[in-house]
Amino acid sequence: MMDDENSGGKIKKFLYLNRKAPYGSIYALESLEVVLIGAAFDQDVSLAFVDDGVYQLVKGQSTDGIGMKNFSPTYRALEMYDVEKLYVDQASLEARGLTEADLLVPVEVLDSAQMAALMAEQEVVFSF
Amino acid sequence: MLLHTVNKSPFERVALQTCLRLSQAGCGILLLEDGVYAALQGTQTEAQIKDALNDKKVYALLPDLQARGFTADKVIAGVQLIDYNGFVDLVIEYQATQAWL
Repeated sequence: MMDDENSGGKIKKFLYLNRKAPYGSIYALESLEVVLIGAAFDQDVSLAFVDDGVYQLVKGQSTDGIGMKNFSPTYRALEMYDVEKLYVDQASLEARGLTEADLLVPVEVLDSAQMAALMAEQEVVFSF
Repeated sequence: MLLHTVNKSPFERVALQTCLRLSQAGCGILLLEDGVYAALQGTQTEAQIKDALNDKKVYALLPDLQARGFTADKVIAGVQLIDYNGFVDLVIEYQATQAWL
Protein backbone atom coordinates (compact mmCIF):
# COMPACT_ATOMS: atom_id res chain seq x y z
CA MET A 1 0.00 0.00 0.00
CA MET A 2 2.80 2.40 0.87
CA ASP A 3 4.48 1.77 -2.48
CA ASP A 4 1.28 2.45 -4.31
CA GLU A 5 0.65 5.70 -2.49
CA ASN A 6 4.18 6.99 -2.80
CA SER A 7 4.84 6.10 -6.40
CA GLY A 8 2.84 9.04 -7.69
CA GLY A 9 -0.21 7.06 -8.75
CA LYS A 10 -2.88 8.60 -6.60
CA ILE A 11 -2.98 12.19 -5.38
CA LYS A 12 -4.80 12.62 -2.11
CA LYS A 13 -6.17 15.71 -0.46
CA PHE A 14 -4.08 16.48 2.63
CA LEU A 15 -5.01 19.09 5.20
CA TYR A 16 -2.70 20.35 7.92
CA LEU A 17 -4.85 22.00 10.58
CA ASN A 18 -2.85 24.34 12.82
CA ARG A 19 -4.42 25.45 16.09
CA LYS A 20 -1.53 26.42 18.40
CA ALA A 21 0.40 29.66 18.86
CA PRO A 22 4.02 29.54 17.63
CA TYR A 23 6.48 29.55 20.58
CA GLY A 24 4.65 28.29 23.66
CA SER A 25 4.70 24.71 22.43
CA ILE A 26 6.41 22.71 19.70
CA TYR A 27 3.23 22.10 17.65
CA ALA A 28 3.64 24.95 15.13
CA LEU A 29 7.26 24.17 14.29
CA GLU A 30 6.57 20.44 14.05
CA SER A 31 3.68 21.08 11.70
CA LEU A 32 5.87 23.18 9.45
CA GLU A 33 8.54 20.48 9.38
CA VAL A 34 6.02 17.81 8.46
CA VAL A 35 4.56 20.04 5.74
CA LEU A 36 8.01 20.55 4.24
CA ILE A 37 8.80 16.83 4.33
CA GLY A 38 5.37 16.00 2.92
CA ALA A 39 5.82 18.50 0.10
CA ALA A 40 8.14 16.02 -1.59
CA PHE A 41 5.28 13.57 -2.06
CA ASP A 42 3.25 15.58 -4.57
CA GLN A 43 -0.04 15.51 -2.70
CA ASP A 44 -2.83 18.09 -2.89
CA VAL A 45 -1.86 20.01 0.24
CA SER A 46 -3.83 22.66 2.13
CA LEU A 47 -2.87 24.43 5.35
CA ALA A 48 -5.54 25.82 7.63
CA PHE A 49 -5.03 28.13 10.60
CA VAL A 50 -7.69 28.07 13.32
CA ASP A 51 -7.88 29.23 16.98
CA ASP A 52 -4.44 30.33 18.26
CA GLY A 53 -2.96 28.86 15.06
CA VAL A 54 -3.61 32.21 13.38
CA TYR A 55 -0.83 33.69 15.57
CA GLN A 56 1.68 31.60 13.58
CA LEU A 57 1.21 33.94 10.60
CA VAL A 58 1.48 37.30 12.36
CA LYS A 59 4.00 39.69 10.77
CA GLY A 60 7.02 41.01 12.64
CA GLN A 61 7.93 38.04 14.81
CA SER A 62 11.31 38.62 16.46
CA THR A 63 12.64 35.85 18.68
CA ASP A 64 16.10 37.16 19.55
CA GLY A 65 15.00 37.87 23.08
CA ILE A 66 13.75 34.36 23.80
CA GLY A 67 16.58 32.38 22.26
CA MET A 68 14.33 30.43 19.93
CA LYS A 69 14.43 30.07 16.17
CA ASN A 70 12.13 32.46 14.33
CA PHE A 71 10.57 30.06 11.85
CA SER A 72 7.95 32.48 10.55
CA PRO A 73 9.90 33.33 7.32
CA THR A 74 9.43 29.70 6.33
CA TYR A 75 5.73 30.32 5.67
CA ARG A 76 6.80 32.69 2.89
CA ALA A 77 8.92 29.91 1.38
CA LEU A 78 6.11 27.37 1.19
CA GLU A 79 5.22 28.58 -2.28
CA MET A 80 8.55 27.26 -3.56
CA TYR A 81 7.52 23.81 -2.39
CA ASP A 82 4.21 24.11 -4.26
CA VAL A 83 2.34 24.52 -0.97
CA GLU A 84 0.14 27.40 -2.04
CA LYS A 85 -3.22 26.85 -0.40
CA LEU A 86 -3.31 28.64 2.95
CA TYR A 87 -6.64 29.20 4.65
CA VAL A 88 -7.40 31.23 7.77
CA ASP A 89 -10.49 31.02 9.93
CA GLN A 90 -12.23 34.39 10.00
CA ALA A 91 -13.78 33.99 13.46
CA SER A 92 -10.41 33.08 14.98
CA LEU A 93 -8.82 36.19 13.42
CA GLU A 94 -11.60 38.45 14.62
CA ALA A 95 -11.60 37.04 18.13
CA ARG A 96 -7.94 38.07 18.39
CA GLY A 97 -8.37 41.55 16.93
CA LEU A 98 -6.45 40.65 13.77
CA THR A 99 -7.08 41.18 10.07
CA GLU A 100 -5.57 39.75 6.91
CA ALA A 101 -3.26 42.81 6.80
CA ASP A 102 -1.54 41.57 9.99
CA LEU A 103 -0.43 38.34 8.31
CA LEU A 104 2.93 37.71 6.67
CA VAL A 105 1.67 35.69 3.69
CA PRO A 106 -1.31 35.91 1.36
CA VAL A 107 -4.12 33.68 2.61
CA GLU A 108 -7.74 32.96 1.87
CA VAL A 109 -9.98 33.90 4.79
CA LEU A 110 -12.91 31.50 5.24
CA ASP A 111 -16.07 31.76 7.29
CA SER A 112 -17.15 28.85 9.50
CA ALA A 113 -19.23 27.10 6.84
CA GLN A 114 -16.46 27.39 4.26
CA MET A 115 -13.84 26.08 6.68
CA ALA A 116 -16.10 23.18 7.67
CA ALA A 117 -16.58 22.34 3.98
CA LEU A 118 -12.83 22.49 3.32
CA MET A 119 -12.20 20.08 6.18
CA ALA A 120 -14.97 17.71 5.14
CA GLU A 121 -13.54 17.20 1.65
CA GLN A 122 -10.13 15.98 2.88
CA GLU A 123 -8.84 12.43 2.67
CA VAL A 124 -6.08 12.89 5.23
CA VAL A 125 -6.07 15.41 8.09
CA PHE A 126 -3.00 16.19 10.20
CA SER A 127 -3.85 17.87 13.51
CA PHE A 128 -1.39 20.22 15.15
CA MET B 1 -17.74 12.66 6.44
CA LEU B 2 -15.16 13.33 9.12
CA LEU B 3 -14.79 11.82 12.54
CA HIS B 4 -13.84 14.59 14.97
CA THR B 5 -12.15 13.61 18.22
CA VAL B 6 -12.00 15.94 21.21
CA ASN B 7 -9.70 15.04 24.11
CA LYS B 8 -9.67 18.27 26.09
CA SER B 9 -12.05 19.44 28.82
CA PRO B 10 -14.56 21.98 27.45
CA PHE B 11 -13.91 24.08 30.55
CA GLU B 12 -10.20 24.40 29.89
CA ARG B 13 -9.83 24.74 26.12
CA VAL B 14 -11.83 25.92 23.13
CA ALA B 15 -11.33 22.61 21.31
CA LEU B 16 -14.94 21.43 21.66
CA GLN B 17 -16.34 24.84 20.84
CA THR B 18 -14.33 25.14 17.62
CA CYS B 19 -15.04 21.53 16.72
CA LEU B 20 -18.78 22.16 16.97
CA ARG B 21 -18.48 25.34 14.89
CA LEU B 22 -16.36 23.72 12.14
CA SER B 23 -18.08 20.35 11.80
CA GLN B 24 -20.83 19.48 9.37
CA ALA B 25 -24.19 17.74 9.70
CA GLY B 26 -23.75 13.99 9.47
CA CYS B 27 -20.27 13.90 10.94
CA GLY B 28 -19.22 12.04 14.08
CA ILE B 29 -17.82 13.60 17.23
CA LEU B 30 -15.99 11.33 19.65
CA LEU B 31 -15.30 12.62 23.15
CA LEU B 32 -12.33 10.94 24.85
CA GLU B 33 -9.83 11.49 27.65
CA ASP B 34 -10.70 14.86 29.32
CA GLY B 35 -13.12 15.48 26.45
CA VAL B 36 -15.61 13.09 28.09
CA TYR B 37 -16.55 15.78 30.61
CA ALA B 38 -18.56 17.35 27.78
CA ALA B 39 -20.72 14.21 27.62
CA LEU B 40 -22.09 14.71 31.14
CA GLN B 41 -25.48 16.05 32.15
CA GLY B 42 -25.86 19.31 34.03
CA THR B 43 -22.80 21.14 32.74
CA GLN B 44 -22.40 24.54 31.09
CA THR B 45 -21.82 22.83 27.75
CA GLU B 46 -24.75 20.39 27.88
CA ALA B 47 -26.91 22.57 25.60
CA GLN B 48 -24.19 22.63 22.95
CA ILE B 49 -23.96 18.84 22.90
CA LYS B 50 -27.74 18.50 22.76
CA ASP B 51 -27.78 20.92 19.85
CA ALA B 52 -25.08 18.92 18.06
CA LEU B 53 -27.14 15.75 18.51
CA ASN B 54 -29.81 17.21 16.22
CA ASP B 55 -27.72 16.54 13.13
CA LYS B 56 -24.49 14.87 14.25
CA LYS B 57 -23.54 11.68 16.02
CA VAL B 58 -21.84 12.12 19.36
CA TYR B 59 -19.87 9.33 21.00
CA ALA B 60 -17.99 9.09 24.29
CA LEU B 61 -15.35 6.59 25.30
CA LEU B 62 -16.71 4.68 28.28
CA PRO B 63 -13.35 3.62 29.81
CA ASP B 64 -12.36 7.30 30.00
CA LEU B 65 -15.65 8.19 31.72
CA GLN B 66 -15.29 5.34 34.20
CA ALA B 67 -11.69 6.29 34.92
CA ARG B 68 -12.97 9.73 35.94
CA GLY B 69 -15.66 8.34 38.23
CA PHE B 70 -18.72 8.62 36.00
CA THR B 71 -21.22 6.03 34.84
CA ALA B 72 -23.53 5.74 31.85
CA ASP B 73 -26.53 7.19 33.73
CA LYS B 74 -24.72 10.54 34.05
CA VAL B 75 -24.35 10.90 30.30
CA ILE B 76 -26.54 13.13 28.10
CA ALA B 77 -29.26 11.10 26.35
CA GLY B 78 -28.33 10.44 22.75
CA VAL B 79 -24.58 10.31 23.33
CA GLN B 80 -23.44 6.82 22.36
CA LEU B 81 -20.95 5.13 24.65
CA ILE B 82 -18.27 3.05 23.01
CA ASP B 83 -15.27 0.97 24.01
CA TYR B 84 -11.85 0.76 22.34
CA ASN B 85 -13.08 -1.62 19.64
CA GLY B 86 -15.87 0.82 18.90
CA PHE B 87 -13.26 3.55 18.56
CA VAL B 88 -11.46 1.50 15.91
CA ASP B 89 -14.74 0.88 14.08
CA LEU B 90 -15.46 4.63 13.99
CA VAL B 91 -12.04 5.45 12.56
CA ILE B 92 -12.68 2.93 9.78
CA GLU B 93 -16.26 4.07 9.20
CA TYR B 94 -15.48 7.73 8.58
CA GLN B 95 -13.42 8.99 5.62
CA ALA B 96 -10.83 10.80 7.76
CA THR B 97 -10.27 11.86 11.34
CA GLN B 98 -9.61 15.34 12.72
CA ALA B 99 -8.18 15.38 16.24
CA TRP B 100 -8.93 18.59 18.15
CA LEU B 101 -5.82 18.36 20.32
